[in-house]
Amino acid sequence: MSETQTFSLDGEDVPFAPGQTVMQAAQAAGRWIPHLCWHPDFEAHGSCKLCTVRANGRLVAACTVAAQPGMAVENRTPDLDGRRQTLLQMLFVEGNHFCPSCEKSGNCLLQATAYEMGMMTPHFDMFYPDRPVDASHPETLLDFNRCILCALCVRASRDADGKNVFALSGRGIRSHLIVNHESGRLADTDFAATDRAANICPVGVILPKRRGFAVPIGRRKYDPAPASVVDVVPVKHEEEAR
Amino acid sequence: MAFELETAAHPENLKRVAIDPVSRVEGHGKVTLLLDDDNRVHQVRLHIVEFRGFERFIQGRPYWEAPVMVQRLCGICPVSHHLAASKAMDMIVGARTLTPTAEKLRRLMHYGQILQSHALHFFHLSSPDLLFGFDSDVATRNIVGVAAANPELAKKGILLRKFGQEVIRMTAGKRVHGTGSVPGGVNKSLTREERDALLKDIYPMMAWSREAIALIRKLFEDNLARYRDFGRFRAHGMCLVRADGAMDLYHGGLRARAADGATLFDHFDYSRYWDVIFEDVKPWSYMKFPFLRALGSDDGWYRVGPLTRVTHCDFIPTPLADRERQEFMAFDDGSAAGATLGYHWARMIEMLHAAESIKDLLHDDDLLGDDLVTRGERGTRGVGVIEAPRGTLIHHYRVNEDDQIIRANLIVSTTHNNQAMNEAIRQVARQYLDGRELTEGLLNHIEVAIRAFDPCLSCATHALGQMPLEVTLEDAEGTVIDRMLRDARGVCSAT
Repeated sequence: MSETQTFSLDGEDVPFAPGQTVMQAAQAAGRWIPHLCWHPDFEAHGSCKLCTVRANGRLVAACTVAAQPGMAVENRTPDLDGRRQTLLQMLFVEGNHFCPSCEKSGNCLLQATAYEMGMMTPHFDMFYPDRPVDASHPETLLDFNRCILCALCVRASRDADGKNVFALSGRGIRSHLIVNHESGRLADTDFAATDRAANICPVGVILPKRRGFAVPIGRRKYDPAPASVVDVVPVKHEEEAR
Repeated sequence: MAFELETAAHPENLKRVAIDPVSRVEGHGKVTLLLDDDNRVHQVRLHIVEFRGFERFIQGRPYWEAPVMVQRLCGICPVSHHLAASKAMDMIVGARTLTPTAEKLRRLMHYGQILQSHALHFFHLSSPDLLFGFDSDVATRNIVGVAAANPELAKKGILLRKFGQEVIRMTAGKRVHGTGSVPGGVNKSLTREERDALLKDIYPMMAWSREAIALIRKLFEDNLARYRDFGRFRAHGMCLVRADGAMDLYHGGLRARAADGATLFDHFDYSRYWDVIFEDVKPWSYMKFPFLRALGSDDGWYRVGPLTRVTHCDFIPTPLADRERQEFMAFDDGSAAGATLGYHWARMIEMLHAAESIKDLLHDDDLLGDDLVTRGERGTRGVGVIEAPRGTLIHHYRVNEDDQIIRANLIVSTTHNNQAMNEAIRQVARQYLDGRELTEGLLNHIEVAIRAFDPCLSCATHALGQMPLEVTLEDAEGTVIDRMLRDARGVCSAT
């Protein structure tokens, strides 16, 4: 029987199995590394960069870097949390994130992570992009204003539902989420409200219709505890989202 | 002569005085006066200088978002917008009748709102004028001065408001901008612990509300001529009443009475409000001027709010408040019931009614129920009307088959009172400013008249008398001949 391998996360040993990423091992150990685009059920995307840690002195994405024995990983340091806060502020100004009237408020991973990182203002100038809502589907609303390009819906529709309803289009600052159909309308796809993709959005883009604000303040996902407590393994983000 | 001082015949020869901004009211507005060389008043206007735009940017949003989004119009009475929008959306989801639990929880939330808003207005914003005098020392004419001179009164005012806020928190989830009311009902009921916690404190609230009524009555008795005649004018009035004619601040039909007491319409179905109300616009204000269609724009303007509700209802369905209503109506042969400052008295009677209603509801176990939401045949047009603290509030939406709002029209309480407030300040200008040298105290008379209506000039947040005020006197050539500045601390100086 071989000895359990470990790496150090903020000075504490974390065990890992061969092939696990730093994120997977940390989550399995009940340790929280901030993240937006990572989900335990899907292949890592490595795009949001919220999970950036310093491993043996190098900045790496915890969701993509393999855990190594003896690796020294810094996670919740003022420097790294400061970088995370800046990333969050850029996400908030890049889209139209108006928490006060958003039905995802209290269940939103972006909002919860921003609270956790101590973000008090967007800091940067708002972009105010013009992103019309797609309300064409009878059961599901798409509010692109809140998209953070995590591509979880893209992965879920492709890998779990086998449908490819969503895709990211454009490059760089022009990247945006699209409905993968000529018309661009969700109603014209084979999307169903029971799809995995319908229930995986960590923010307020893909929403079941006519259910907004049904859960009272105090009983929403992040009301009782912050993301660092709520979002540790075993976590199924979407199960508790509504 | 409603519009006698609205537009001067020859403004080019007159000097202009501006009160900008008006303080100790919600939102941002200004008053301008045009005077001749002898300081005779020729024109007085209350201008609303903010533009909110909610009617436009709610378009395209899902209908269930409206009760939460539109309440952001206001930080003081968001519950009123929350509930008016919810009532409109009840029509969209076909909820003709709410479950008893849902209706009673919404009413509880609304009475909590009435209580806290009326307490805030009377104790925090208006009591400095009423207790110390309209032209008293500006340094102490504020809530801090009230707290120093009468700490018990100030404390009760603060605790009354706090209690109302607690009612809102327990029903809506937050003291300000909660989410408790949803299309077709509510999203939570009260726990037994919450109900008991409110019950424990309700009786002092009723007692203190009665004390507030006694206070404003004594002010009328001690200063009868001034309180009776200050900014007095005759006006039509409109409010909701229950089917039996009782005051009902949550739901009912529209009743309008002419200045002479004649009924213009009664129990009118508010879902077709546009058959009886039309909105006029004037080039000098962002606020519209609603009027009663049957009387036309010149003669059809009207008052809403506590004074109208208390004087137009047949009775108040809680005993203590109804007794106070009767005394108010009988006072000095009914003179208080037509006085601009009678708004304060009527407002405190409503505060007592709200406290009594909360007490009655808290003894009803329906508040603890779990049947929260109902649905019916889907509609495309929703109109919700409620009696907000400041008066009748109308929300009107059209929703398409994809669940998106495609049109919205909001007529907020203060908008109904637009012409009435203008008339009040014109009366005060005639009574107190005409031909006299301007002082800060005299100008405050104008603001006292505006404050009586408790206007929410932008349906925004309160300004606690700390906004700067600059008054400039110019001659006909535009040369500045006098200027007075009140700074953020309330200190006046010539500049």
